[in-house]
Amino acid sequence: MKMLRWSIPLAVFVVLLAFLWVGLGRDPHEVPSPLIGKPAPAFQLVQLHDAGKTLASDDLRGKVWLLNVWASWCVSCRVEHPLLLQLAKTNVVPVYGLDYKDKADDALAWLAQHGNPYTASIVDSDGKVGIDYGVYGVPETFLIDKSGVVRYKQIGPLTVEALQQKILPLVRQLQK
Amino acid sequence: MTARGPVGAWLMAMAIAITIIAGAVQAADAPPVAPSPALEARLKKLETELRCLVCQNQTLADSNADLASDLRREVREQALAGKNDSEIRDYLVARYGDFVLYDPPLKRTTWLLWFGPFALLAGGGLVWWQVLRRRQSASASAPTRDPAVEARARALLDDEPPA
Repeated sequence: MKMLRWSIPLAVFVVLLAFLWVGLGRDPHEVPSPLIGKPAPAFQLVQLHDAGKTLASDDLRGKVWLLNVWASWCVSCRVEHPLLLQLAKTNVVPVYGLDYKDKADDALAWLAQHGNPYTASIVDSDGKVGIDYGVYGVPETFLIDKSGVVRYKQIGPLTVEALQQKILPLVRQLQK
Repeated sequence: MTARGPVGAWLMAMAIAITIIAGAVQAADAPPVAPSPALEARLKKLETELRCLVCQNQTLADSNADLASDLRREVREQALAGKNDSEIRDYLVARYGDFVLYDPPLKRTTWLLWFGPFALLAGGGLVWWQVLRRRQSASASAPTRDPAVEARARALLDDEPPA
């Protein structure tokens, strides 16, 4: 009985400590996407480099691809850009760019200056497709499988860790 | 009364210009207004129940974030197209998750959120009850009073000489 007197408050304290500790490591800005495991929202948008051509999500059926949401006004897009360029060089997985709420001229100038990692870029000038994908902070990156299902979402800039530990292994597995 | 001459005219012109610019800026910021006051009231209420994903402690109605104004526009378009509140809510939840709702739905993943505080309250109540009970049994097991001692004490208190 004497034991209980201090062991119960101690147990409560340890549980509380564990909750707070886990909470410290979590980013409240990372809202889990309800799209994971669901079909990627369909789109048909004009291409950035050729306004006469469109690209539709259905055109990409049968391959594993990344959808990178970016904009020329987006500051943290510059952070992940070198990684995207590296990734594009390896030809492991095609990266499609969704130019979100941007002006085509600004976007083209930005790509000319920083380099273009995208297999193709599409223009979402009013942000409607962005809303369909639940985009709330650019950059965001979606991994979409052969049957058009969203498998992973990176919120914020891509990191080497996320790429090496999560995205690339998943890409290899999905490409089989 | 008012200043005349070139300075006065300049001041007047500047005041008018500022009023016009301020009006134009405000007009650009104002969200589209629904055609009927009833619909406007309904939309206002709906927007205060939805969370802005960018500034997470603000509602869609309060937030000035770009995304919030896009989502307000989307909500308004859908309402005008005849969708009801729960259809609009479902539309947003499908894209942004339950987090977009200020009033989270009751389901397995939110049980702790909904019932946790009551469980804590019940736990606290239990501890309190036990402490009270222990205290009561402690006072019950106190040494019984001796009638002779009690009589003496009462006499002292009543300020009477002991018998």
